[in-house]
Amino acid sequence: MIKKFVVGSFEDEKVLFPAVKNVRRAGYKIHDVYTPFPIHGLDHALGLRQTSLHTMGFIYGITGTTIALWGMGWIFTTDWPLNIGGKPHFPLPAFIPITFELTVLLSAVGMVWTYCWLNKMMPGVKKHHFSPRATDDAFVMAIECTAKSNVAEIEAFLAQNGAIEINVQDAEDGWWFGRYDKEQKLYRTEEVGVE
Amino acid sequence: MSLLKYESELREPLIDGEKNYHQVTEDIIGPIETKPTTAWWIGLSISIALLIFGVYSVYREVVYGIGQWNLNHTVGWGWDITNFVWWIGIGHAGTLISAILLLFRQGWRTGVNRAAEAMTIFAVICAGQFPIFHMGRVWMGFFVMPYPNTRGPLWPNFNSALLWDVFAVSTYFTVSLLFWYTGLLPDLATVRDRAKTKFRKMFYGLASFGWTGSTKHWQRQESLALVLAGLATPLVLSVHTIVSFDFATSVIPGWHTTIFPPYFVAGAIFSGFAMVQSLLIITRKVLHLEDYITVGHIEAMNKVIVLTGSIVGCAYLSELFVAWYSGNAYEWWAFRQNRVNIFSPYGWAYYGMMFCNVASPQLFWSRKLRRNVLFTFFMSVLINVGMWFERFVIIVTSIYRDYLPSSWTVYYSPSIWEIGFYLGTFGLFFTCYFLFAKFFPVIAVAEIKSILKTSGENYKAKMTDLERMDSEKFYVEEVEHAH
Repeated sequence: MIKKFVVGSFEDEKVLFPAVKNVRRAGYKIHDVYTPFPIHGLDHALGLRQTSLHTMGFIYGITGTTIALWGMGWIFTTDWPLNIGGKPHFPLPAFIPITFELTVLLSAVGMVWTYCWLNKMMPGVKKHHFSPRATDDAFVMAIECTAKSNVAEIEAFLAQNGAIEINVQDAEDGWWFGRYDKEQKLYRTEEVGVE
Repeated sequence: MSLLKYESELREPLIDGEKNYHQVTEDIIGPIETKPTTAWWIGLSISIALLIFGVYSVYREVVYGIGQWNLNHTVGWGWDITNFVWWIGIGHAGTLISAILLLFRQGWRTGVNRAAEAMTIFAVICAGQFPIFHMGRVWMGFFVMPYPNTRGPLWPNFNSALLWDVFAVSTYFTVSLLFWYTGLLPDLATVRDRAKTKFRKMFYGLASFGWTGSTKHWQRQESLALVLAGLATPLVLSVHTIVSFDFATSVIPGWHTTIFPPYFVAGAIFSGFAMVQSLLIITRKVLHLEDYITVGHIEAMNKVIVLTGSIVGCAYLSELFVAWYSGNAYEWWAFRQNRVNIFSPYGWAYYGMMFCNVASPQLFWSRKLRRNVLFTFFMSVLINVGMWFERFVIIVTSIYRDYLPSSWTVYYSPSIWEIGFYLGTFGLFFTCYFLFAKFFPVIAVAEIKSILKTSGENYKAKMTDLERMDSEKFYVEEVEHAH
């Protein structure tokens, strides 16, 4: 959906943090803050909840454990009980290495898949980038405007809080399949868009 | 109140020179955006030539069979398995740097982790070729995978250490690749956003998966990196443990020992760090990254080398002691006659190993030598030669004289195609590394930026006042509190 954003870029994380706090206190809605590297504590400052990705990792992991133990057990006791030098058909110690490896494999692959899915990331995905400096040296805060927002006021507020570059952008807030060598695509229709 | 944790002024800066965030991007991404140099083309051409020779050697082996290598009844594992263990060992340093040092919160890993992880992936690819082609009929290689089949179903033997290896190595490769690539995404996005040409925008656009740098994405990225590091840490230990089980679970004198798992893991890290040194000393020079891969980084890695080298040395000696102390005539004979006896056919390999792996790294106790880049480079090559000897000694000297003296092979020497296979994996490794160093950021840009203000030289200089002030204030408060 096309929305209107006021975008402020900051050059120092020490300026960014109080700015985030002030902007939220003033009641503006921060769409997102784009940073070139992870800034610890920014997620809490923005009021984001803790990710549960690691819980998913655990679930994928125990799935791997179960598949490995059940699979090997079924194969060696039920499907084809092969006599290997008179060894037991369910030798748990000998099954540990493969069980461990499958646990790790499923956990890692599953987590990365979930990560990409939650972030909406895959080859060919395109999203609106508010500033090319967000992956270089600037911390870019995008404030979402509603019908009632006073754009000039938000701009002034950002400037007062230390933003060095401020502009207003109409942008698609979702993702689409697109190419980075092409122009920014705006699905502009008459009924959407905020004035 | 400070948002950033500052570091003690006693610690060396991890990033030298006058830097800011943009300068970091320029320094690391800059070399990707220029045309390849002549030296790069020459290096790549040599690597590809070696790779082609390797492919031809493998082709001979596939068409004519394992007999193309000079393996015989007694020495059934020769250069190929030696090379397999050697390459997989080299890979371990990358995971150690990226995963274990992440868990230990070692800031210096940020300068070297990206290249080391890439090295891991390429080394594991090289390692994998050896057992695959050692199968002989490689087109039936998929038989090792357990899947319902029309042959019975005939399942692989889950009790076999060789099958554990299949799972361990393939899991290790997959997890290393995922860990490396998810860490690479933000940096590829940086390259993409700086790209000028249509092709680069398209290529890095696809490669960066549409990364934006959103706070939520960073939060998930950090969580993912931490859990993957937690998984990769036991994984890396398990992989070389299982590789050592290939030997230790057999009943061959010289192989059947319980010390193998820790001994192999320490040796793997030892040789891996040596390979990281060899690669990074050249990379930092060629790409002018001395500010990011500092002498301090090299020294830190040398400390790991002297530690793991000493562990390996203790393992060699205790192995020898136990061979004697066990009272097992076959075990002791394998050591006394086939290894320690310098006049035996492979005595030179045993003493070469002792010299390169145990004696020479002890020089790194000297701080001056640890910080000498040229000396480190020389040592890193020497150590990798020594670690190759180690695997050769373990494999060949244990089997070339078996229980039946009539089948002893006094001399096993590899054929040109067996050597060609090894050279070919060097070609593969360096082809991959040259392409990586040219088209991908060799240093984790985002991670360097995240430690810049705590460990950058120019920031540290400013920070020490703050730190001093803070510690004085703390002291005053403490004194007040005490009274």
